[in-house]
Amino acid sequence: MSFKIVVLAKQVPDTRNVGKDAMKADGTVNRAALPAIFNPEDLNALEFALQVKDKIEGAEVIILTMGPYRAAEIIREAMYRGADKGYLITDRKFAGSDTLATSYAISLAVKKLGSFNLLVAGRQAIDGDTAQVGPQTAEKLGIPQIAYAEKLIEVNKEEITIKRRIERGVETVSAKYPIAVTVHGSADSCRPRNAKKLMQFKHSRTLTELKNEERENAELYKSRPYLMIEEWSVADIKADVEALGLSGSPTKVKTIENVVFQAKESKSLGDSNQEVEDLMIELIDGHIIG
Amino acid sequence: MANYYNDNENLNFHLNHPLMKKCVDLKEDNYKDAAHFDFAPLDFEDTMDTYNKTLEIVGEICGDIIGPNAESVDQEGPQLKDNEVIYAKGTSQNYKSLVDAGLIGMSLPRKYKGLNFSIVPYVMAAEIVSRADAGFANIWGLQDCAETIHEFGDDAIKDEFLPRFFDGATAAMDLTEPDAGSDLQAVMLKASYNEEEDQWYLNGVKRFITNGDADISLVLARSEEGSSDGRGLSLFVYDRTEQKVVVRRIENKMGIKGSPTCELVFENAPAKLVGNRRLGLIKYVMSLMNSARLGVGAQSVGIAEAAYREALKYAKEREQFGKAIIHYPAVYEMITNMKVKTDGIRSLLYATSRLVDIYKSYGFLSEGRSLTPEERKDQKYYSRKADMFTPLLKLIASEYSNEIAYDAVQVHGGTGFMKDFPIERIYRDARITTIYEGTSQLQVVAAIRGIGNGSYLKYIQEFEAQEYNEDLNTIKSRLIKMTEKFEKIVTIVEKDKMSELWDFHARRMVEMAANIIIGYLLLDDAMRDMNYKKSADIFTQKGMAQNEEKFNYMENFDIKDLEHFQLSS
Repeated sequence: MSFKIVVLAKQVPDTRNVGKDAMKADGTVNRAALPAIFNPEDLNALEFALQVKDKIEGAEVIILTMGPYRAAEIIREAMYRGADKGYLITDRKFAGSDTLATSYAISLAVKKLGSFNLLVAGRQAIDGDTAQVGPQTAEKLGIPQIAYAEKLIEVNKEEITIKRRIERGVETVSAKYPIAVTVHGSADSCRPRNAKKLMQFKHSRTLTELKNEERENAELYKSRPYLMIEEWSVADIKADVEALGLSGSPTKVKTIENVVFQAKESKSLGDSNQEVEDLMIELIDGHIIG
Repeated sequence: MANYYNDNENLNFHLNHPLMKKCVDLKEDNYKDAAHFDFAPLDFEDTMDTYNKTLEIVGEICGDIIGPNAESVDQEGPQLKDNEVIYAKGTSQNYKSLVDAGLIGMSLPRKYKGLNFSIVPYVMAAEIVSRADAGFANIWGLQDCAETIHEFGDDAIKDEFLPRFFDGATAAMDLTEPDAGSDLQAVMLKASYNEEEDQWYLNGVKRFITNGDADISLVLARSEEGSSDGRGLSLFVYDRTEQKVVVRRIENKMGIKGSPTCELVFENAPAKLVGNRRLGLIKYVMSLMNSARLGVGAQSVGIAEAAYREALKYAKEREQFGKAIIHYPAVYEMITNMKVKTDGIRSLLYATSRLVDIYKSYGFLSEGRSLTPEERKDQKYYSRKADMFTPLLKLIASEYSNEIAYDAVQVHGGTGFMKDFPIERIYRDARITTIYEGTSQLQVVAAIRGIGNGSYLKYIQEFEAQEYNEDLNTIKSRLIKMTEKFEKIVTIVEKDKMSELWDFHARRMVEMAANIIIGYLLLDDAMRDMNYKKSADIFTQKGMAQNEEKFNYMENFDIKDLEHFQLSS
């Protein structure tokens, strides 16, 4: 019996090291100024999936991503780290989708993959910070979910036990398959790219990418068919166009504000323990630390 | 989120040297592996792209894991427990991440699970790892042992041991003993052959063995009873699973504290002979030492880079008398000199790596087919040049890395003397580089041959014959003047045919040659990228002044003056 793990991952603009030109004058994100990266918590999710794969013989990790054609880079990145293969859900008709429309499309793609045991996603993406797509996808697939996973405790072909982070502590839960898991940033960081896998998969391409490339190497793709990354359109996943894009998205962005944090007046502290303690209490109460 | 490869443009510059085409073409031999291995490159561009991407992985692991772990590894160090060396927590994590990334056995052929990398990107990875943690670089760099087994072992030994490196086996080279340090001919550890069992056994003590409790150890031992010199020594491979070696202790060192330095007692330890008897020291260890010297060169450049960066950062942040100290001439001179010296030894490092790479690739090619007369001639050229460049690299890079670390502490002032900043560790780590794998004094012994037989002069003349941009003419004529003085002083010192005087001045003459060669290498760099012109200019100006000083000293030195130095014991 095979064991299938599906990982959802997203390519996002790197908002962690924002420079001066990160926002345009109209308040929207200047994507050109921000490099496209593998969403950080999706890397934790991938590591989680790979740890399951390490423990279950014959397990397969499939990476699924939705985005423009250049998001195929995410699939390659995942394969360099140990994923077995990937699919790119891409179509202009997806543009403007909110979390509801996105989870609808993803759930259809997961169904197209056939039966699976484990669906893993990062808790949230750093561009939207909604933390909704993973749980909504699970809901649409009608499977239970464990959110905020932090550590894989035990896993076998029947059951998985996970430690999850909750507001004031941790909780250890077990579940049978199929199950969806969203992984928290406090979980293990993803393993590095493997040099040999990089060499194996660096030529993997989607058909669209191949068309855009100058260099032709049809022979290579004929002899190594696993280098072709499949692209799925709206038609491929049999989605209702109305439920996608702007028409399928009840969430509308009203305005975007450019918030600039400014250092206001500083606070001077004396050297007594009491003053330090008071500050600690203030910071904890204000949920700034702790 | 740091990447020690991407944040240093010099590395990509040296990786893309024009001679790399030759290195890669020889190494990949018509890219024939592509038909058998799906991870083999398709052509030159593909190979270079792979090198670049793989070094990005190395840079990421170093920036995110190995660098941040360096301080705790230095403090914690390895422990000896039940005859087992337990690495510091950070060390284990570092090694695991490099094994996970498939970066052990980088230069081994693909059939032994290696990546078949050219030595150049492998050495570059060593530089990057050393910048992150010079002590850890030893543990990782001992994969050189795999290279020695590959070069000299028979098929059975290669098949047994080589694939284990990729899976994470650690290695050690067990050469030195309490009475055999620089003088390896004095090695006593005994290898005896049991004919009935067709098995070799090792008995004796090894001392100062880096990573002594490794999975796979290469051991230099006296296999020929009654012999007393290097010709009685053979090389053996010992497998840790035999459990016949006692780790007597781990040394408490000044620096590279994360790297366990062990004293070992071999108690009838079964071992396998590598290659032929009697060639252990005179052929195999000499080759192993050459790789190790290249490794120390890389380590020295990595340390220099780390020290320079620490000093630069501190000098920009630290304010005194109302401005950042980097604006004071006394400070910026030090920092610029650090940069220039680092550029110089890096250029020498990769020039040497390319030479070694080419002659070794010819060697492996010759196992499959006979080389043409031109190829054999070419191999000989590169092999001889590599033999001359290697001691020069080891000498100059290690000495510079110490000078740079010394100045970097100075830039930090009192703070640098405290354990609060990384520079204190870097300074201690640098100190060993002029000592192990042959002291600076022994590198001079190897290099002085190249002065006596005119090799260095020949290589300098090759540079001189090259065409340079007009912009660079001032620097070139400076180098030509330096060469004239160099030739002149060699004639003067040679004149009396007194070997003690020759040895007495050896280091000065070798350093004069090094100043000229590094000057030309920087000039070559400036030809490809004018950003290096500044370094070439500063380096040759200082080099010329240093050579003048040495020239004057030697010219005015009377043979009788030697007596003032000679001491009775």
